[in-house]
Amino acid sequence: MNWTWFHKLGSPKWFYEISSRWLPWLVILSLLLLVTGVVWGLAFAPAERFQGNSYRIIYIHVPAAFLAQATYVFMAIAGGVGLIWRMKMAEIAASCCAPIGASFTLLALLTGAIWGKPTWGAWWVWDARLTSMLILLFLYLGFMALQAAIDNKKTAARASAVLALVGLVNIPIIKYSVDWWFTLHQTASIKLTEKPAMPAEMYYPLFICLAGFYCFFAVVLILRLRAEILHREHKTGWVKALMSNKC
Amino acid sequence: MYFESWADFWAMGKHGLYVWSCYGIAAVVMIYNIWVPLAQQKRFKQRYLRQLRREAQQQ
Repeated sequence: MNWTWFHKLGSPKWFYEISSRWLPWLVILSLLLLVTGVVWGLAFAPAERFQGNSYRIIYIHVPAAFLAQATYVFMAIAGGVGLIWRMKMAEIAASCCAPIGASFTLLALLTGAIWGKPTWGAWWVWDARLTSMLILLFLYLGFMALQAAIDNKKTAARASAVLALVGLVNIPIIKYSVDWWFTLHQTASIKLTEKPAMPAEMYYPLFICLAGFYCFFAVVLILRLRAEILHREHKTGWVKALMSNKC
Repeated sequence: MYFESWADFWAMGKHGLYVWSCYGIAAVVMIYNIWVPLAQQKRFKQRYLRQLRREAQQQ
């Protein structure tokens, strides 16, 4: 297998240059997907038989919750790669993932609470799914606090990577919480292996929103990575050359 | 469109407040995620450009 891409990805300079070419396409793609998915979901999808129109929160809630978990897995893998290969870009990626993931976990929790009020009659219950998502938020916050508490970037990256890897145990707990402790939160409506438990005119916009959220994540992660690269590499020749070219 | 009128669309049955507050919060979270790194990038650029100019003057 050819590993040159892996080594290239490890170079902040290469990433800074190539990502400026990716960025406009990703922005266009995520805008198209999000606008299509949201308009379709809000205005054209039919109402749900029991929940009426409140179910339309799904087009935000489910993508946000998916992304919250995917970002965590990505962050832990990046942290692990940083631990094993001492790859600077992986360490930067892990640190950039945390605030994005935390914000989407918060979004999933808030939209869940707002959806819960008309559907369950309560903003919050100590249901297993809700509790494990709250733990995910605390894991993100703990990761960020640990990064901020240690001045040495290398030590901070190593310590927080260990935390991220240990916290990985929470991800399957979130996923299976609805099956293990069947309390209030419903089980998964969409699965990789089965047909979705809702009609096509409801899940098409959901899939489009999901894709849109993932593209959006790519955009904001690249934006954060570029800012962080500029900050960490500002003493290097290539950043200085880049800056003096611009003025 | 699924709804009969715009008024119907904004009302979302009886759930307008719930649905629209969710989409509002989502918009805030997304704009925040774009704004933070852009502001940071701008700040870093200004700071290091100043540093570069200072270094150039000293030489």
